Amino acid sequence: MTIPALTAPRRARKLAVTEATLPNGLTVIAVRKPGVPLAEVRLRLPALSPRPSHPARVSLLTDAMLTGAGDLDRNGIATTVQGLGGDLSVSADADRLLMGGNVLATGLGALFELMASALTGATYARKEVETERERLVERLTIARSRPGVVASETLGKRMWGQHPYALDLPTIDAVAETSPGNLRKLHDDLIRPQGAILIVVGDITAARVVDLAAAAFADWTGTAKAKPVPDLPVPTPGLPLLVVDRPGSVQTSVRYGRPAVTRTDPKFPALQLANLVFGGYFSSRWTENIREDKGYTYGPHSRVDHHQLGSMLMLDVEVATEVTAPALLETYYELGRIASLGVTEEELASVRQYAIGTLALSTSTQAGLASNLSALAPFGLGLDYILEQPKRLTAVTIEDVNTAAAEFFGPSGLTGVVVGDAATIAGPLGALGAVELA
Amino acid sequence: MADVPPAAKKLPSPKFDLTHHTLANGLRVVVAPDRSAPVVGVAVLYDVGFRSEPEGRTGFAHLFEHLMFQGSANLEKLEHFRYVQSSGGTFNGSTHFDYTDYFEQLPSNALERGLFLEADRMLSPRITEENLANQLEVVKNEIRVNVMNRPYGGFPWIYLPGVLFDTFANSHNGYGGFEDLESATVEDASAFFETYYAPANAVLAVGGDLDVDSTIALVEKHFAGIRKRPKPKRPSFAEKFPTAERRAQHDDPHAPIPAVAIGYRVGDPVNDLEGHLATLLLAEVLSDGDASRLQRRLVQQDHLVTDVSAYLGEFGDPFDERDPSTLTVTAHYPDARTLEAILSAVDDEIGRIATDGLEPGELDRVRTRLISVLYRQLDSVLNRTLEFAKFELIFGRAELLTELPARLSAVSEDAVRAAAAALKPERRAVLELIAGGTQ
Repeated sequence: MTIPALTAPRRARKLAVTEATLPNGLTVIAVRKPGVPLAEVRLRLPALSPRPSHPARVSLLTDAMLTGAGDLDRNGIATTVQGLGGDLSVSADADRLLMGGNVLATGLGALFELMASALTGATYARKEVETERERLVERLTIARSRPGVVASETLGKRMWGQHPYALDLPTIDAVAETSPGNLRKLHDDLIRPQGAILIVVGDITAARVVDLAAAAFADWTGTAKAKPVPDLPVPTPGLPLLVVDRPGSVQTSVRYGRPAVTRTDPKFPALQLANLVFGGYFSSRWTENIREDKGYTYGPHSRVDHHQLGSMLMLDVEVATEVTAPALLETYYELGRIASLGVTEEELASVRQYAIGTLALSTSTQAGLASNLSALAPFGLGLDYILEQPKRLTAVTIEDVNTAAAEFFGPSGLTGVVVGDAATIAGPLGALGAVELA
Repeated sequence: MADVPPAAKKLPSPKFDLTHHTLANGLRVVVAPDRSAPVVGVAVLYDVGFRSEPEGRTGFAHLFEHLMFQGSANLEKLEHFRYVQSSGGTFNGSTHFDYTDYFEQLPSNALERGLFLEADRMLSPRITEENLANQLEVVKNEIRVNVMNRPYGGFPWIYLPGVLFDTFANSHNGYGGFEDLESATVEDASAFFETYYAPANAVLAVGGDLDVDSTIALVEKHFAGIRKRPKPKRPSFAEKFPTAERRAQHDDPHAPIPAVAIGYRVGDPVNDLEGHLATLLLAEVLSDGDASRLQRRLVQQDHLVTDVSAYLGEFGDPFDERDPSTLTVTAHYPDARTLEAILSAVDDEIGRIATDGLEPGELDRVRTRLISVLYRQLDSVLNRTLEFAKFELIFGRAELLTELPARLSAVSEDAVRAAAAALKPERRAVLELIAGGTQ
């Protein structure tokens, strides 16, 4: 029996994006995408800061922002959002703060009004801040009991030293010291429309979205006070593999990272494809080797993360304790193999089609398109970038991919940490290369 | 009903024209066209899950799910993944209490390929010693990463059924013990396939950018040749409701703070759908968002817990399982001594709903939100293809999915009060997680 061939592809329905800047400096990006009667909302504000107190303050600020605003208390905000068929939440990472959610399209204006009242009048009442502070401390404690979180934090420090990017989660001590006054001051400094981006995708016309936003956010004004953040340092190459002891751990959490190139770099499409061949999808060499052939793991993953100050190639895998060294041996082998020998035409054809196809899948829902646009917007990229990416991927040659593989995947260029049962794994790992006990 | 909310009334029901077809070998087919994006979903659900595992073979249904990806009649190992992904698509499978699903999301020009891939493994998966040994290690590593090496791993879905239920079918660990997994043989797998993976025991749903008639022709082309076998008789997994509260403890060596899972036996989701929808709305009243009863009481007012949630169905999907089903309340809390206070506050809040009913507008907003969540799930071609297949398999009617907004709109406040009154302490199991990790 022959495998059925692909038929002629059908084009996606054309989408149109509208971009407008409101008088207060807020950029509105709207795409009408019918389907279900909803609208997806993403509001992004730059939040990068060099201050050591910043991660704790911005984390608590996001947790407390919707606990009271203007005349509404926490219950009033929550019942209003729910009655609109909506959901609204606030989160932050090192680069930016995100207020996001979704709502029945007919309630978009009312959701904007509510967002505006939180942006201009969040109260940070002492009682609510205290409640959220206790919860944040508990959540951080739980997060740090996960070996993968410990491994990521350790790798962040190993790569970025004192730079703000080294800290993934705030410290508990810093959270404990954060007061309602700190939050009000940070809100006043940070939560400003100039430089903020509002993305809406849904069953509503772009013109209507812009009108509703202009009406709702008119009283939100000003420019954020931002201190310059130092450039990202270049991680020291050739550091020994750092071993963090987790006695009795039945698996070892492995993390590797290195600087990569941004989406707009001419090398990026080739890097994206080389990464897929190495470990970026299930049919990758890394997965086929250490999962489907050896059974060392449930699954390895490699990816390129994009941050405001730079992009990074990241590798992660959890492997059974007793096969930690063999799993890393195979990992080094696959890294060295792709860096030295490149990829095959067949592999390239597969990852190219996968990258093009899954981009179309990931932008075929309202939520997927909104999140894609939200990830791109802070870099000045938008719907055009998504629509033109297949063309860029098609233009990549096997030489381009092999050049990228050689530049980015050589094991000597990676910084690595493992979290596991040191007594069992450190010796065998030491036989493969230099290790350092944390 | 007097209290049908205007907002929910105005919401149109999702419109999908479903076509049903049954092959001569018994395979049930649901086709759900929607040409708005050049994407198709293909889902095959087999009517077998954890509950059908034989004693001494815990985790077998899930291990078998892995074996279905290891090559088939015309495909070598690794080829299934490669054909899906090199077509620009994604795939997965998952094992549930009452069924096992396999699915792909593909650009619509790969529709026939997707159907071929599913048919080929329904025809004959390559169950070999080598594949079994390899996937045994993969599954053990899946359990290590999701359960053994993780704080709160598998809590409460692996452990709570063992307290709330009595029969092996309902109470055992669906991920399986390593000893049971290691004793599985190729013969076991072949027999399991022969019995439970009969075409007559499966539903195929195809959704998205497709033409109905040519799709049915393609389904016939690829699936009709699969040998007809009898549909296995599904035993009743019914159990009596507990008559006294059950308590147990679970030691978690990694968890830094305690947690609790309170599992209430609820009515039959399929044979009492009205009651089930009332219980679903109750779960939302209890824990959806900052305005919900348990959030307000336990998190904001009494400061007893860090977080709390209430959900219907062991995996949080209210339409995922037949009788017996569970409503579960879980919470993490910093002080192990406060468990009784937490239970008493939960009783108090459920009792208030049963006795005093709901606040003005409370049912309307909760219902509006629930319907909105339902729409959001339906925006993805793959999700709705899976949902259509699931409603066809569990409820016998894929159409029910599109009727849910109207059905939810018809649930009265009295029905929600009655659902609350049914959550009696004597019908529950309380599983306390003892935190052994460092705080």
